[in-house]
Amino acid sequence: MLAISVSDLSKKYGERVAVSHANFEVPFGTICGFVGPNGSGKTTTMRMLLGLISPTGGRGLVLGQPLTAPEKYLDRVGAMIEGPAFYPGLSGAENLRLLATLGGYPTDQVQGLLDRVGLGDRGDSKYKTYSLGMKQRLGIAASLLPNPQLLMLDEPTNGLDPAGIQEVRELLRNLADAGTTVFVSSHLLSEIEMISDSLVMLRKGEVIFAGRTQDLLLQQQPVILAKSANPDDLPRLLQIAKESGHDGTIIDGVAHILGPTEWAVDLNKMAFESGIILAQLSPMLPTLEDTFFEMTGDSE
Amino acid sequence: MIRVALAEWRKLRRPALFLGTMSAVTGVTALITSLLFLLIDSNRGNAREGQLINRATLELPHGIAVGFSSSAGLLGLVAFCVFASQTAQEYTHGTLRNLLVRQPRRLVLLAGKFLAMTIFALISVILSAIVSIALAYALSGRAKVITTAWSTADARSGLLHTFINVFISVIAYGLIGMILGLLLRSPISSISIGVAWLLVVESIIAITVKHSGKWLPGQLMTSIASGGDFNSSYSHAMLILFSYLSVGVIGVCILFRRRDVSN
Repeated sequence: MLAISVSDLSKKYGERVAVSHANFEVPFGTICGFVGPNGSGKTTTMRMLLGLISPTGGRGLVLGQPLTAPEKYLDRVGAMIEGPAFYPGLSGAENLRLLATLGGYPTDQVQGLLDRVGLGDRGDSKYKTYSLGMKQRLGIAASLLPNPQLLMLDEPTNGLDPAGIQEVRELLRNLADAGTTVFVSSHLLSEIEMISDSLVMLRKGEVIFAGRTQDLLLQQQPVILAKSANPDDLPRLLQIAKESGHDGTIIDGVAHILGPTEWAVDLNKMAFESGIILAQLSPMLPTLEDTFFEMTGDSE
Repeated sequence: MIRVALAEWRKLRRPALFLGTMSAVTGVTALITSLLFLLIDSNRGNAREGQLINRATLELPHGIAVGFSSSAGLLGLVAFCVFASQTAQEYTHGTLRNLLVRQPRRLVLLAGKFLAMTIFALISVILSAIVSIALAYALSGRAKVITTAWSTADARSGLLHTFINVFISVIAYGLIGMILGLLLRSPISSISIGVAWLLVVESIIAITVKHSGKWLPGQLMTSIASGGDFNSSYSHAMLILFSYLSVGVIGVCILFRRRDVSN
């Protein structure tokens, strides 16, 4: 069963292509990270999924219903797109009650939701007095109003402190464990790597990867980090590696040699036989961040 | 639609907006009604555009409602500002996307908002009527206006008609505000352009171009509030204004339904 499925989804503004023939699927009950550089089309895609903007091409299903009929699925979808947006003159609680009334959801759950996102004691304060992190928490609370089957969050950890980020991570994991599908975009790739089961990666409006996060990481060459007791031995170590068919570079006094984890034993042995004493030898899988930069060519 | 109206009402009832607007309505009505009675002997006139409404007119059964109907233009401007700002601010605050996620039927959203603001306007018109009638009685003695005819059945019937006409005029102002709010998507732009047109541009055109008053929306709304006046008959004003509003409403409904929400 799929929570989201899009095929050839496209959006053009005049001659500018914001999203081009996007194809991806998000299975039910999973956390799917949605990543890409700024301007890659993430928010545009989310807006199309929420019926806020019309696609110029392609098709899509959300919770089994077509994008052309958002009224058939949005009552089961929670969303926060492009940051929180509320009425500054109303309190946080009143803003939530307004949205609950609009959606036909019980207003007596508001205090519970505020407690859940850590705003229990500030619900009566006006929204305009909130810090960025508090606004973000209120946005997350609003997205939970429908007790959603699908939660779409655009940069939910913006403005949150490390403890807040961890709380959001736990919240999303708990929601997914309870059966909610979470489709989340974030610039914090380490967060996405930690929580997401699958990943959709965009670059210049095109999907360059859609699938399981682990599959993406396994596609990348692992790296062995090696540090010799004598730094002058590092070029010789690289030469040994190269003779065995493994390229490498020296970064900040550490040799980064491409090669599978199990080859580290052989490297150690060859280094020892050549009189090089290694002070550190650690195989490392590339992180999502490394992979992201490699695939998107964006080092910002 | 009821859910949308109830949600919108949560915004409209906040003290700063509700009490602020009702205070403005009270002030405007009190000022106009007071001037009507206190300047009754002034040769500069006691009503709009230097007109003089004399004692004999005020002593007629419909005299009780003259102050109230004279307030309609300014009541309308208040409604215009409320409708325009409450509509356009959904764009400037970015809250429209939240509303549309919770109510994706866009025309239902518009209709619900309109319903809530209409109730808000109704309360302001009722308040204005109460203030105006109370002040008319309070100031009638000082202005030496005999009020015997004000308690007749004719007076009650006239008052009801005036109330309905003022309400129609106020809602027309509000609709124009809503249309501008949806078109311009900015409270400041929609209010400043609308007020400049209604208060300045229309007045200049009405003075400089003969018979233009029967085609200008602001003048037509004033004519409706007074049950027809020197500018236009009641039926003509209703017909032309209804045509204008129909075109405007249909246009913005099509636009609102199709336009991408990207802020």
